[in-house]
Amino acid sequence: MLKIRNLEAGYDKLKVLKGISLHVNPGEIISIIGANGAGKTTLLNTIASIVKPTAGEIYLKKNDISLSSSDQIVNNGCVLVPEGRQLFPTMTIKENLILGAYTLYRKKNKKSALENLNNIYEMFPVLKERKSQLAGTLSGGEQQMVAIGRALMSGPELLLMDEPSMGLAPIIVKNIFKVVESLRNSGKTILIVEQNAKAVLEIADRGYVMETGTLVMEGSADELLNNNDVKRAYLGKDYKEFTD
Amino acid sequence: MIFSREYETMLREDLEQLQVERLQMTLNQVYRNVSFYHNLYNEKGIEISDIKSLDDLKTLPFTSKEDLRKSYPYDAFAVPLRDIVRIHSTSGTKGTPVVVGYTKNDINIWSALVGRVLSAAGITGHDLVQIAFNYSQSTGGLGFHYGAERIGASVIPVSGEKVLKQIQIMKDYRTSALVSTPGYALHIASVLEEHGMDSQELNLSVGIFGSEPWSENLRTEIETRLKIKAFDNYGLSEIMGPGIAFECEERSGMHVNEDHFIVEVIDPDTLEILPDGTEGELVFSTITKQGFPLIRYRTGDISCIINEPCECGRTNKRIKRISGRTDDMIIVDGNNLFPSQIEALLFEIEGLEPHFQIILNREEGLDNVEIRIEVSNNSFAFDEIKRVQIFQEKIRQELINSLGLHAKITLIEPKSLGRTNGEKIKRVIDMRLL
Repeated sequence: MLKIRNLEAGYDKLKVLKGISLHVNPGEIISIIGANGAGKTTLLNTIASIVKPTAGEIYLKKNDISLSSSDQIVNNGCVLVPEGRQLFPTMTIKENLILGAYTLYRKKNKKSALENLNNIYEMFPVLKERKSQLAGTLSGGEQQMVAIGRALMSGPELLLMDEPSMGLAPIIVKNIFKVVESLRNSGKTILIVEQNAKAVLEIADRGYVMETGTLVMEGSADELLNNNDVKRAYLGKDYKEFTD
Repeated sequence: MIFSREYETMLREDLEQLQVERLQMTLNQVYRNVSFYHNLYNEKGIEISDIKSLDDLKTLPFTSKEDLRKSYPYDAFAVPLRDIVRIHSTSGTKGTPVVVGYTKNDINIWSALVGRVLSAAGITGHDLVQIAFNYSQSTGGLGFHYGAERIGASVIPVSGEKVLKQIQIMKDYRTSALVSTPGYALHIASVLEEHGMDSQELNLSVGIFGSEPWSENLRTEIETRLKIKAFDNYGLSEIMGPGIAFECEERSGMHVNEDHFIVEVIDPDTLEILPDGTEGELVFSTITKQGFPLIRYRTGDISCIINEPCECGRTNKRIKRISGRTDDMIIVDGNNLFPSQIEALLFEIEGLEPHFQIILNREEGLDNVEIRIEVSNNSFAFDEIKRVQIFQEKIRQELINSLGLHAKITLIEPKSLGRTNGEKIKRVIDMRLL
């Protein structure tokens, strides 16, 4: 589904991604874990063409998209659910969702857009109930659902999710990850960036560990959960537990 | 059966992507955590971020056994000792051994890879697997043990028990699969015959053999005498142990677990990479090991790569049966031995000149070693029989104590070892039919 080779990107003189190679198979949930500033968000933003790569290749379903524009990438079936939801708070839920189908409307494919909207309402009944409510009045968890729903409006195959658990209560986080899992079960492929390593590794198939712009480890979710380095750095367990 | 279908039958394109990713990650790890690689790459001005494809691997320097010896015991580990759960070691045949550490994850992966070896030979959870490798610090015993447990087989860790006990267990427990050296399998066959037992009385149907060189002829002999199907496999303690390459039911070359190891074949003299199909020295890079990763490790084993599709459906490249060594290492009953070790030992014993010859024979599957040593006239009264015997015994004991080698010692007159004008004595005469 997605294949990245030697990707480099950054902001002006600051090189953030220093040669990233990774792949995502169709139907997988892949998680990228790493500390603050490792470059996780930059990676997703580069795939979505919000940040332009300075070197390397990104293949989406065998097409090199490293030079494509953001809307072309959405048209190719890859959508970003950005960090911090990025909703339009003074617009209603429905308006926010419909914005996600921007590329479909441009193609005059209103029918698919409406179909997708109904599917999303079905998946998140609470959004249907409150479709006319302003997005800014929703709780964090509900806002995250809108953000996911908006991403689904264009009918993507690959979802890039940036810290969906950010700022949410543990129980809400659980719900969000349930949603992610059900999306995979309905055939979507998901690349998810998270600091909440434990929660995400419980639903992920594989994961990559990122440190200062490079990947240092890859493995099945189980392997990473049991890895001492990962435990120490990202699962909040300290040395003592190992020596006791 | 294919144990790990997803990885063993990967499309070449996908496999290469995986290999590049894992290679880059391993390089990041070794550069950060292993001082040997850190210094080596700095010295040579190598930027690991320049390794962008499998082809770029050839720009990296090799790792030799000598390099690893200098790191004895722990300096080449890439993780702190608290993350190491097992420590194996090479036999240290040329002086300092190489110590190999495994993390918990390394052990998991290793078990699964040995699971592939066993599954490919048709061994399943219903089998009783008798492991007749010594459970020592070398990797054969525990490597196969964990692999067999991983596929759910019943493991009988008989280790280095006496052969009659092995046969007794084999018979009573209804062992269906034997894991040992090929020589030992033959020894079992001989003892069976000696005791008038028929191999039909056993439930044995398959054997996984390795850890010493063998041939198609020997395979046929083992198969006829034990009435089993025999499979070859390749492993090396420095790299991991068993589980690096293995035969499938086609038995024409050993599939390399390429999702965990990158294999190259080089000319041992020019160090140039040789094309597939050409014989040379095997070189491996580990791409998933955490405890003890190796980049371009020269094995000293001679083979070639077979890059053709295999009937079994696996897409991994194969290597041919190991045909020899680049050095003078000999393997006696599955243990590595260098003539230089014997030379060093003889030097220490007074009155001996390093003029000796090692003669190898194989009887009923067991190796016999004879060492013929020239004794100088002036330092030794050759005519006192008792002194000669004491002296022989001293050398014999010395060899057992320091090398674990049981050898017959023959002292002979100076200059009696055949050497034509100015030529060196032929160090090893191998009369075994391997």
